[in-house]
Amino acid sequence: MGLGAYLAVSGALLVIGLCVCIARRNLLFVLMGIELILNAANLNVVAFSRFSGTPLEGQIFAIFVIILAAAEAAVALAIVLNLFGVFGSIRPDRPDELRA
Amino acid sequence: MTTADWTLLLCVPLLPLAGFGAQIFLGRRLPGRGAPILVGAMGLAAAIALVQGFRFIGADVGELRSSVEAGFSWNFLWTEATPGTPNVAFGLLFDNLSAIMLAAVAPICFLIHLYSVGYMQGDRRYHIYFANISLFTAGMLGLILSDNFLSFFICWELMGFCSYSLIGHFHDKPSAAAACKKAFLTTRVGDVCLFLGVAILFSHYDTVAFSALFAGVQETLAATGGEYPGWLVAAGLLIFMGAVGKSAQFPLHIWLPDAMEGPTPVSAMIHAATMVAAGVYLTARAAPFFSEEVFVVVALVGSFTAIFAALIGICATDIKKVLAYSTISQLGFMIAAIGVGGWVAGLFHMVTHAFFKACLFLGSGSVIHAVHTQEMPEMGGLRRKMPITYGTMLVSTLAIAGVPLFAGFYSKDSILAAALGRAQSGGGLLDTLPAVFLFVAAGITAFYMFRLMILTFHGAPRDQEKFDHAHESPSTMTIPLVVLGLGAVFSGSLWIANGDVLGHHPWFPGLVSAPTLSGLVPVAPAIAEHAHGQALWMSVAIGAAGIALAFSFYQWGVFSAEAWAKRLGPLYRAVSAKFWIDEIVNTTVVRLTVIASAVLGAFDRGVVDGLVNLVGWGGRKSADLAGFLDKHGVDGLVNSTALATQALGAGASTVQSGRIQQYLLFTVLGAVALGAWILVR
Repeated sequence: MGLGAYLAVSGALLVIGLCVCIARRNLLFVLMGIELILNAANLNVVAFSRFSGTPLEGQIFAIFVIILAAAEAAVALAIVLNLFGVFGSIRPDRPDELRA
Repeated sequence: MTTADWTLLLCVPLLPLAGFGAQIFLGRRLPGRGAPILVGAMGLAAAIALVQGFRFIGADVGELRSSVEAGFSWNFLWTEATPGTPNVAFGLLFDNLSAIMLAAVAPICFLIHLYSVGYMQGDRRYHIYFANISLFTAGMLGLILSDNFLSFFICWELMGFCSYSLIGHFHDKPSAAAACKKAFLTTRVGDVCLFLGVAILFSHYDTVAFSALFAGVQETLAATGGEYPGWLVAAGLLIFMGAVGKSAQFPLHIWLPDAMEGPTPVSAMIHAATMVAAGVYLTARAAPFFSEEVFVVVALVGSFTAIFAALIGICATDIKKVLAYSTISQLGFMIAAIGVGGWVAGLFHMVTHAFFKACLFLGSGSVIHAVHTQEMPEMGGLRRKMPITYGTMLVSTLAIAGVPLFAGFYSKDSILAAALGRAQSGGGLLDTLPAVFLFVAAGITAFYMFRLMILTFHGAPRDQEKFDHAHESPSTMTIPLVVLGLGAVFSGSLWIANGDVLGHHPWFPGLVSAPTLSGLVPVAPAIAEHAHGQALWMSVAIGAAGIALAFSFYQWGVFSAEAWAKRLGPLYRAVSAKFWIDEIVNTTVVRLTVIASAVLGAFDRGVVDGLVNLVGWGGRKSADLAGFLDKHGVDGLVNSTALATQALGAGASTVQSGRIQQYLLFTVLGAVALGAWILVR
């Protein structure tokens, strides 16, 4: 299996993640979309690392990303919870108070 | 005369002037509304005038005593910077003429002040009235003491103004408002002429002082050999016109009867004793400027006025109007006397007339005060109710009618003598006419004055209600009457003082005689002397005839006034309509003035206002245009910029939807587009 297959999967993940982020009407799904995008990037990094001859560097990078993603998810979930408390909804287009 | 004497004399006009100043500012708050103070000041001034008069009259006959020589004067330079420019020095002149005038006028003014205290009591503008008569008195006394034409003219105008405001004292009465306007405008005609005459003299001699002008005229006459140059004749005529206006001579007499709208003391003071006499005083003072032709005009105007006004006096029914026409007539006598050469007689008549006419006016005021009407047909029988008023008025009537031994007899008789002398010596029509006019006028005077007395005091009361309310006036009013009545009896004796009864060496003519005016006045004493005997009998006879006629018409009913009025028809109508002079003036002068002002008004409205309005209209139209351009051009540019910006902003703001997913989509699309661009490139 060549690099192209990895990249294809990674690209697919990215597109799926983006679509989820853009189209879903639920902030939890949007967060999941973001996780998909991050993981697409992780897959990309690991794949490039595997095929470049310095296999560990990319994987360490990926682990950092996973850790950061976990932290990000914790913060984001807290925000979502607060948003629900304030607006009574977790629709992503609901907080538009700064407009107008 | 010492400086102290001049200072005292200066106080005579200054006392009432100071009184006026105090009265106009404080009058309402002073005790008695200021009247006692003013009467006191006037009394003091009158006392000074009398004392100074008796001290200096007769001393140095013929001298022009001017304070300028004593170093008592005030200098006014036209332009101080330029040497040699005409210098006007204001000083006092106290020769025999002004001394006699002052001694006669100041006490009468005092008596009238005193009388006014009673007569004007309770008037709403009491304090203003006293301020005005004080200012008037100051003007009159200043005029008498003026030693130059400029201060003379200033005082002259001051009197004109005060006369205006006093005639209009009851200014809420339309007739009084109209009368004061008429008096002011009519005398204005004369005043302008006087000023022009003075201006002619000033332009030739560079001075306005009387003494310098007299000397100048003498030099001019010496240079021309006694021939009066045209400009001097013109100046004399113009100055005489000033006297015509002030002394109410024909044709400027129309203001005086209307001036009776003023309070009666004002009529007595201004329009009988003092102001109208100022015209006579001016004629006497300015006589050295008059040429022979001017004297003829003076005589004709005066004598015609005398008979003309006397005729109107027959038909008037208003007691004050009769006295007003009588005044005009008597002033005509004085003016005519100066014209025919009876200079001294005219002045003497002015002095005696001041006494008896003031007395008659104050007496009529007393009557009006008692019955509250001025119409003689509503009076009658008042003799029993008002004995003091009746007695004093009777004495004055005897005086004015020329009954022997009363004051008017001496003065009128000498005027008639002068006129007769002139007629006999000249013999021409212009010499004879004044004498004829004056003799007839003397008879008519006796007639209308006794008509007045009989209608007012004799017979049965014609208005019982008014008669029942009538009463004698308070003592502030009767005391002046008595004093003036005594003057009406005894002032004539001045004529014969220091001389025999026929007046061969009379005192008065000795004081005020030809040398007083440096020998410039042509008097003919010899002729007057010669005509004196004839004139005496003629005037007594004609006066007696007038009195007898008056009694047979109005007292005994021998003739019926109504029947004679019908018989005389057109003549009666002409006389009772005052010869339509007012109507003639109204249809000519007044109408012309109104038409001229209407034309000028139309020109003003049409052309001048039209031009102004055209400019205004143009300005407005151009402003409209500028506004239009501003609104649609400049504002349009600014607004379209704003609109475009707004539209752009509105379009752009639709992108800022606030939907994060949309933003994300844009980001992705942007990233894709960027990637595609990188790849394609």
